[in-house]
Amino acid sequence: MLDCGANPAGQEIAGMSSERIIQVERDILGKNDRLAADNRARFHADEVLAFNLVSSPGAGKTSLLVRAVSELKDSFPIGVIEGDQQTSNDAERIRATGVAAIQVNTGKGCHLDAAMVGQAYDRLPWLNGGILFIENVGNLVCPAAFDLGEACKIVVFSTTEGEDKPLKYPDMFAAASLMLINKIDLAPVLDFDLARTVEYARRVNPGIEVMTVSARTGEGFSAFYAWIRKRWAKAKRAEMAMQG
Amino acid sequence: MHEMALCEGIIGIVEEEARKRSFAKVNVVCLEIGALSHVAPEAMKFCFEAVAAQTIARGARLEIVETPGRAWCMACSRSVEIKQRYEPCPCCGGYQLQVTGGEEMRVRELEVD
Repeated sequence: MLDCGANPAGQEIAGMSSERIIQVERDILGKNDRLAADNRARFHADEVLAFNLVSSPGAGKTSLLVRAVSELKDSFPIGVIEGDQQTSNDAERIRATGVAAIQVNTGKGCHLDAAMVGQAYDRLPWLNGGILFIENVGNLVCPAAFDLGEACKIVVFSTTEGEDKPLKYPDMFAAASLMLINKIDLAPVLDFDLARTVEYARRVNPGIEVMTVSARTGEGFSAFYAWIRKRWAKAKRAEMAMQG
Repeated sequence: MHEMALCEGIIGIVEEEARKRSFAKVNVVCLEIGALSHVAPEAMKFCFEAVAAQTIARGARLEIVETPGRAWCMACSRSVEIKQRYEPCPCCGGYQLQVTGGEEMRVRELEVD
């Protein structure tokens, strides 16, 4: 096994010399975190509940969103920000449902950052009291590090992936509040072990909520919508409490 | 390769510090990277050289101090050290762990001329 995750850097301490040493103590992601805080303040002011959807490529984020926005659009104003390295295919799929979508192409980039989301949000219609879905670039590694200003991350995992994916990519499962296990209609064909997947996910994140869905058949979506409505009502209550 | 984006963040910090504290050359950039953060130190070093090439940090050495991962074990009611997120509690073997430290990614100090 070649363990590239191990830290061969050791415990080096900057050498003491006659040169000037400047104490800095600043977060590397400080700039992104400041922009994410700006986004969060804007979402808050617009009473918008923002979700950051993350997954491997092909887990079914877009199909899941197409179904969800079609079925929720009569209840809430909805906007979607789509992140991909190239093409506007995903935004077009969302727009076909009648919901506004902005495509962000990251080019060589492997994740959305807070600046991109802020710019995309400017271009969406006003979502007053609604829901913003941000579909991140399909990648279980990099998007974990970048706060976009969302209320929480939702990790989409599909039954065609290995049950041990939460252990292989722990940062993302640790960062998410909800795991949606998609393609559950295929589970019997695949000998998919649901209990083992959930156990592994809770090893890295004991508090993660789990739901099974099928974007193809619609199975499990009513529970997902109930979860969204609960989060939305909770945000609303917090808002009212703040306004006194 | 989000290490590339992180290195751009480091260079941004170095350039801001250079303006604020008037220095023209950076010899060493010292980072503090938590064991549970989103960074592979080797990838970071590789990217840093490339990103620093046309900047004030050109040729600077990147030093990385790794801070240990810490978690609160809800079963034992005590703080324990872990190396990975999926590791069990070293005391009870359970997974009821809440990470409390080791996620930092900071520029700690600079050695400048």
